[in-house]
Amino acid sequence: MKKIIKSSLAVALSVCMAAAMTACGGSSGASSSESAPAESGAATESAGAGATIKIGGSGPLTGPAAVYGQAVKNAAEIAVEEVNARGGLQFELNMQDDAHDPEKAVTAYGVLKDWGMQASLATVTSAPGAAVSPSYAEDKIFAITPSGSSTSVIYADPDNLSGAFGNVFQMCFTDPNQGTASADYIAAHPELGSKIGIIYKNDDNYSKGIFDTFMAEAAAKGLNVVYSEGTFDDSNAQDFTVQLGKAQEAGADILFLPIYYDPASLILTQANGMGYKPTFFGVDGMDGILGLEGFDTSLADGVYLLTPFSADATDELTVSFVSKYKQKFGEVPNQFAADAYDCVYAIAQACEAAGVTADMSSEEICTKLVEQFTTMTFSGLTGSEMKWNESGEVTKSPKAVVIKDGVYVGVED
Amino acid sequence: MKEKKSILSFGGDKKQRGRFLSFAIVIIAYIAVEILMKTGSLNSLFTSLLVPITCYVVAAIGLNLNVGVSGELNLGQAGFMSVGAFCGVCVSGMLAASIPAGIPRLIIAIICGAILAGLFGFVIGIPVLTLQGDYLAIVTLAFGQIIKSIFMNAYIGMDSEGLHVSFVQSNFKLQPGGKMLLNGPMGATGTQKIANFTVGAVLIIIALLIVYNLMFSRSGRAIMAARDNRIAAESVGIPISKTKMLAFVTSAALAGAAGALYGLNYSTLVPNKFDFNTSILILVYVVLGGLGNMTGTIISTVILILLPELLRSLQDYRMLIYAVVLIVIMLVTNNEWLMTKWKSLFAGKAKGGASNG
Repeated sequence: MKKIIKSSLAVALSVCMAAAMTACGGSSGASSSESAPAESGAATESAGAGATIKIGGSGPLTGPAAVYGQAVKNAAEIAVEEVNARGGLQFELNMQDDAHDPEKAVTAYGVLKDWGMQASLATVTSAPGAAVSPSYAEDKIFAITPSGSSTSVIYADPDNLSGAFGNVFQMCFTDPNQGTASADYIAAHPELGSKIGIIYKNDDNYSKGIFDTFMAEAAAKGLNVVYSEGTFDDSNAQDFTVQLGKAQEAGADILFLPIYYDPASLILTQANGMGYKPTFFGVDGMDGILGLEGFDTSLADGVYLLTPFSADATDELTVSFVSKYKQKFGEVPNQFAADAYDCVYAIAQACEAAGVTADMSSEEICTKLVEQFTTMTFSGLTGSEMKWNESGEVTKSPKAVVIKDGVYVGVED
Repeated sequence: MKEKKSILSFGGDKKQRGRFLSFAIVIIAYIAVEILMKTGSLNSLFTSLLVPITCYVVAAIGLNLNVGVSGELNLGQAGFMSVGAFCGVCVSGMLAASIPAGIPRLIIAIICGAILAGLFGFVIGIPVLTLQGDYLAIVTLAFGQIIKSIFMNAYIGMDSEGLHVSFVQSNFKLQPGGKMLLNGPMGATGTQKIANFTVGAVLIIIALLIVYNLMFSRSGRAIMAARDNRIAAESVGIPISKTKMLAFVTSAALAGAAGALYGLNYSTLVPNKFDFNTSILILVYVVLGGLGNMTGTIISTVILILLPELLRSLQDYRMLIYAVVLIVIMLVTNNEWLMTKWKSLFAGKAKGGASNG
């Protein structure tokens, strides 16, 4: 008897499921025809359907990496609002949650495709990006990631840097680029220190990627790396006294930290407690350390970092963006936000230059945008005169800044 | 023939029906989805979910054999999945040149993944399953963590000279044109996506065949006897650790096969994916579906994977609602009074027999 009940239940449920699937299945082929969004009414009220160019994107809006996803979402919203306020081409943004999980990113991509996405901000983080990039290439939808910095986001064969997808671009530096740039900078400025210690996170794509290229470039430039075994991972990201002690023992007078600002703040605090005072050198993940709650910013004095964006810059664009962001979301934007803001503007600029209209199919838009991106130059928050090559890598110069009295100060070369 | 007769006589009609129902659900669902896909009325979201659903179903069926039928708690099913996944991805990458066709390569990868995961299960099972008590839970929990760390630090690459394996990256150099199959924390990238839904559906059928045949065979009855009363089972001469080992290794191998299919469905695979949370997630599918109930496992897995996606329109609240729904289901299915009401509502003839979960 139990089985019969269960079977009827099961049948009823499977019918429900099938109904749900077909109910949402109305918008297949949305890439060619501009059908109304069939589901998840995210931000569909603005203007009439069909009059806007639909920009999709996914990022970790929940979970441990949510800070980055939220920053990108917020900044992209501001940018879309501003672009729409100018008149002319109208855009619509749909950011989906992927919880920094490749599996969920692929699902989010499905949601966006059903929604009728015509161009995309790809993903915020690298591993999900690598999972969806082939789909963007296959479906010919233009994508530019604000912060997916790994080479695997834009290359099908990242080890040999070949097989670029062609329609997936990056707004941020690739990881190798940052490692190389850091090593070059340290080599060119021997006054910072000559014995290099490194602490990095060995279960993190980003940190590991920069570390690898830094080591390669350091070897090429003949830099003296005295301590490079200082690794940590998610489970022991609270206590760095062992690594710091070893670095001190090895006599490192410059400590390279290719990590995010959260563990970096602990390293600075604990090094200070130990009385160990090397020159600290970070990369763009270090950006945000001054905004960290409960962190004594005086400890960050003298920290060098290479970053494409500093919220304390005084140019008009940055000031206006930072004040808007603060007003709307109550916090200082980080470089992820700035990258996302630039992405939207870059897409808008390319669309305008190529004469893209909202009724074009995503393939048409893709062809036109790729053509634009490989030829145009773009100036935004994270750099001026940016250019992209055929593989989708951006060329812009990282700015070296040093923290003095709680603000970034540009370093003159 | 003789064996089959004994199954019938022992299992009776009821078991046969439950068995038939599982297969019927899988086949009907498969046909329905295929028709929807052919007519183009299945949207991209569901299309992208099909293969992961089959993977999790297979892993959950395997886990149910271990947790439900054999009664040993396993908290490392994701670990076995990751063994299968990375093995499958590596095998597929190595054979890419010699077997360009996707399906045969996928099948070889799945078989390799299943064998390797089964082997790991065997090695773990040797010391643990001879013990009494919940040691398997502790050891599989540790296994899940260890295997994650191992893959996090493993570098496997292939070039013209052959296969290179290392746990230290600094001395890892490939010839030009070589390909990294597994790159430490970055995992496997640039994997060719060769998994498809048909293979997944077939894998579920095979998993069900294996599990049901095991459950209703002599060994299966021995497994359940060992679960229900160890001392009594021992007294009639059932080798306890051997029967438990059979269930555990089968469970691990199924997880490995599921993992291989999963790994080859994505172009990138990171070791972090198969963490403790994933193990617990699979355990939730099993518990919700009912211990020892394969049909229930299939249904609960499908629902729990689809639910958060169907709730996407609720934006920020979806994970909250997902959790609430999960708790409500757990409470309701464990409430005898509610279940009896529900049952009598469904089938008028039901006499309201108490459910024993």
